[in-house]
Amino acid sequence: MSLRVAYIAANTFREAVRDRVLYNLIAFALLMSAAAILVGQISIGIERLVVVNLGLTAISLFGIVIAIFIGISLVSKEIEKRTLYTVLSRPVQRWEFIVGKFLGLAGTLVVNTFFMAIGVFGALLYVAHGLNPQDGWIAVALYFIILQFLMITAIALLFSSFSTPLLSAVFAFSLFIIGSFAGDLRSFAGMAQGVTRWLAIGAAYLLPNLSSLNVISSVAHQQPISIQLILSNTIYALVYTGMAICGSVLIFERRNLK
Amino acid sequence: MPAIEILELEKTYSVGFWRKRPKIALRPLTLNVEDGEIFGFLGPNGAGKTTTLKLLMGLIFPTAGSARILGMEIHDPQVKAQIGFLPEQPYFYDYLTATELLEYYAQLSGVPAAERQRKVSEVLARSGLQNAAGTQLRKFSKGMLQRVGIAQAILHDPKVLFFDEPMSGLDPMGRREVRDLMEELKRQGKTVFFSTHILSDAESLCDRVAIIHQGELRGVGAIEDLTSSVEGKAEIVWHGSSVPTSLNSLATECHVVGDTVRAVVREANQDAVIDALRREGLRIISVTPVRTSLEEYFVRKIQVSQTAAGVKS
Repeated sequence: MSLRVAYIAANTFREAVRDRVLYNLIAFALLMSAAAILVGQISIGIERLVVVNLGLTAISLFGIVIAIFIGISLVSKEIEKRTLYTVLSRPVQRWEFIVGKFLGLAGTLVVNTFFMAIGVFGALLYVAHGLNPQDGWIAVALYFIILQFLMITAIALLFSSFSTPLLSAVFAFSLFIIGSFAGDLRSFAGMAQGVTRWLAIGAAYLLPNLSSLNVISSVAHQQPISIQLILSNTIYALVYTGMAICGSVLIFERRNLK
Repeated sequence: MPAIEILELEKTYSVGFWRKRPKIALRPLTLNVEDGEIFGFLGPNGAGKTTTLKLLMGLIFPTAGSARILGMEIHDPQVKAQIGFLPEQPYFYDYLTATELLEYYAQLSGVPAAERQRKVSEVLARSGLQNAAGTQLRKFSKGMLQRVGIAQAILHDPKVLFFDEPMSGLDPMGRREVRDLMEELKRQGKTVFFSTHILSDAESLCDRVAIIHQGELRGVGAIEDLTSSVEGKAEIVWHGSSVPTSLNSLATECHVVGDTVRAVVREANQDAVIDALRREGLRIISVTPVRTSLEEYFVRKIQVSQTAAGVKS
């Protein structure tokens, strides 16, 4: 991959890090972890369950908010402020810009998740006075959360490449919510008949299946995650993300920067 | 080989929500800019200057036509390493310091890592920004941002430079510095293509200019050719406090200022007037062919199109 992609990614990461909102969100996530500890102390016998559930849900929600709100402005802000002009008038190809922007935000989310995860494990250590082997599945749940972030970031970037930030936010949030119930849509497709069935199947394939990436409840109950699920989720998320980025590139390659 | 070749380049936008209608931003434009010249692209606001520059930078796509820079198609990534661009009213990543921004642009332009720091320091000094190198751009004034814009355009030592309204937002000293820089770039053999609506800048700097109005090229040529003598007139200046009566029929426009007299005469009458002044014993200070200013030429070209538009309507 071209070095320019790495330079653009690094600059996107730097922008996010220097953005005070990001720091506030990290602080807020730590606050949530602290709240989990308090809840854990008053929930006799289910402290571990509450801390894992609350901690992972907080990580997921804060990450999704960051992915959407920064993702929707990745391209549109550069066009609006015309910072893009001095980038694209250099030997930078448009696909390099899109991929660099995506990787920069993805990197930001991974780092953000890493620090939040430390908070969750810390809280778990505090309430349970130690970790057991089943807590290793929390890492898998965190991995799935990161896969969700990649998909949502790519979706936000896709909308950002042709729409206004407000509409992009509405579209991306809608897809996140619908995607979180994708399992129900697939069940409905299985029960429906005729055209409705085909429409439901089509929608189920088109919309991001985020529900299969949500294993927070299973992990909180210390249930193992199958290798098949890890593999299929990895392939699905990477292919979906890749396709959304390709869509962004195709749109952006043809876009006039007025 | 011309540094910039524009051939029938055209841009039309579709405007309107339901019923799309065409809006012509640039009518077919054909233009050559020679290697090593300073070329001024003149026109009033909204004439199509920025559209042309955006087309050349590959920021928008032409409806028809083509353009080549240094013999390469404008979308060839190789050509981008050879050009520098200053957009109109530039805005940069304001969370970066001037040094960080220029280092980032140096990376994107392919400046080798070993040379980056030196090049950044050089252009910071050349743009008068060495004292603000570590300051975040959000604290910069408009004039300082314009200097950053110029610094990033020349950072990678490009062969062809495109400046969109480079004097905009600069104080008189800043404008002079930019003029000096452009002349220095020309001495280094660079080609400079700049748009402006400030005609005095173009007149003092450019080898050639083009005038564009309502998306259409109205005139192009060397400054001297465009401002050639008008109707064969000459201005004669002599010492004196009044106009001799023998000149009344020869010199139509006479102005007495202090102890000098300025008269505009037809070139055909020029020798007769000089002879008459000698006979009167008056000392001639200068005889200069009257040239139209670039401003007069510009206004005439713009008025032609407005008159034509009036006739049509």
